[in-house]
Amino acid sequence: MMTEPGQPRPKSFYVLALFFMAFLAFMYGPMLVIFILSFQGENGGMSFPMIGTSLLWFKQLLSNTGRMGDIPSALVRSLEMAVLASALTVAICVSAGLAFRRRFLGAGLLFYTAVASLVMPSLFVGFGIALGFKELGWKTSLFTSGLGAQLTWTLPFGLMITFATIGRFDRRYEEAATDLGASAWQRFKDIILPIIMPGVVGVALFGFTLSYDEFPRSQLTVGTVNTLPLEIWAMTTAAISPVLFALGTVTTIVSFLVLTVAIATIGALVRRRTKPA
Amino acid sequence: MTLTAELGVAAGAARRTQRRGWPGWLVSWIQAAPLALVLLTFFVAPLIFVVVVSFFDYDRLALYPAFMLDNYVEIFTSPITLKLYLKTFEYAVIVETLTVVIGFLVAYFLTFHVRTFSWRIGLLVACTIPFFTSNMIRMISWMPFLGREGILNDVVLAMKLSKTPLDFLLFSDFAVIVAYVHILTMMMVAPIVNSMSKIDKALIAAARDAGANECQIVRDIVIPLSKTGIALGSALVLTQTMGDYFIVHVLSGGKSAGVVTAISTQLNAFEYPPAAASSVVLLLVVVVMVSVIFRIVDVRKELAG
Repeated sequence: MMTEPGQPRPKSFYVLALFFMAFLAFMYGPMLVIFILSFQGENGGMSFPMIGTSLLWFKQLLSNTGRMGDIPSALVRSLEMAVLASALTVAICVSAGLAFRRRFLGAGLLFYTAVASLVMPSLFVGFGIALGFKELGWKTSLFTSGLGAQLTWTLPFGLMITFATIGRFDRRYEEAATDLGASAWQRFKDIILPIIMPGVVGVALFGFTLSYDEFPRSQLTVGTVNTLPLEIWAMTTAAISPVLFALGTVTTIVSFLVLTVAIATIGALVRRRTKPA
Repeated sequence: MTLTAELGVAAGAARRTQRRGWPGWLVSWIQAAPLALVLLTFFVAPLIFVVVVSFFDYDRLALYPAFMLDNYVEIFTSPITLKLYLKTFEYAVIVETLTVVIGFLVAYFLTFHVRTFSWRIGLLVACTIPFFTSNMIRMISWMPFLGREGILNDVVLAMKLSKTPLDFLLFSDFAVIVAYVHILTMMMVAPIVNSMSKIDKALIAAARDAGANECQIVRDIVIPLSKTGIALGSALVLTQTMGDYFIVHVLSGGKSAGVVTAISTQLNAFEYPPAAASSVVLLLVVVVMVSVIFRIVDVRKELAG
């Protein structure tokens, strides 16, 4: 239980701190292991010991040979998709967030539909879309059905962050701007958007990473091409070699880069606000 | 997850500032239209398709519009159905229990034991980072750990806890559960932290001054006041576990199958109508379970209050 600074910490603190550290080890340990194993030597296997080190598995990944699919193209496709999904998630969620500031007919229904989309077993969403396209005689493809399927996953998350951000927004700033003669667009561009910007970056981050890693909703809806998670899935069901770990390392590095950029941006935005220049 | 409350506050503020020009509801409709459109096209309509097709007839070549109950009759008369559901429930109950305990302890430590705000945020971010990396890779990362020649077995052998490598670690229920807990615990931590951070610290101080020990405080104050978070986290973990098929498939080595695994197999065989019927049945089961959770804890009331 929390005690004031200066007071001795209770015994339970140390027990829980130990538990928490074990939890972090549980979360990061396996990731660290595949990171190390991806540099496994050429004769090494899927586990320790490391038999030398090499970049062979990364080279295989890039060389686009053997039983693997075309990983570099899948990576590019996944990144393109993630950027698009992220941009759409931001635009749709911010717009909807503004809408939800007023009561309107169907607001509750729309909100609960979004929540339902979040908790729906993902395979069903992909299945339903694939089925619908099939019955209507359309072809499923990456940027139609695939994108739509991913949006059903990214939008509910984005919406929640938008609500949390816009809910905290002080309407008096906006009212002041109106009184000074600002148009609706000026109010949005010059007042609302800068204030909710950290939340918007958060939405963009969720949109990007959730799309980039999405598998179960994409599986049946991306058509003939593969995104990166689908390539990984194909690899796990086919032969398993340290190439899989190399791929894991590459995609985790991409996720970390995006995460770092987002956190740094949010940090900079918050700092600029608390310390006006 | 204070959405409803924040929605209420925001809506209240909006009423006070009625704009000139277009009526507010029309502006809201236009602003919400893209969201509604995407959800209608890619979520609501597909679900309706699934329900409709579950009554269809089919053969190797095509689906034939019909209204027949054969697909459902087959589900309820097949002995496999019960087995699949029992397996899914078994996973769900074990994972639910583990994630609630771990999630609660982690959230409790972060909220009530970590003293400074910056440490709390830092540690919370540390917990959250893996959530932003690929689930598929996180699942795979257990293989070198749990395999026959994996790290855990090396440790077990080195410590002479067993003479032979343990075989139950990988490609087993054990591996499946470890991966579920690994991937889903954060979905429990986040809502519980959110609930706990709203508990008035003065309440805790008052209880302590009145002579309550930590166990009493946890039992009588912290748990009752974080019920909402626990319920939301439980609902998320439950739906994710019940809806999974790839973790079960890969980490059980194809030995175990849940309900969705079976549906996925039917889909790969293009048996759409029976797959649709199974989906509808599972969906109803999930809806009932989630509403039971939300019945026990009135999430909406607690969020608004």
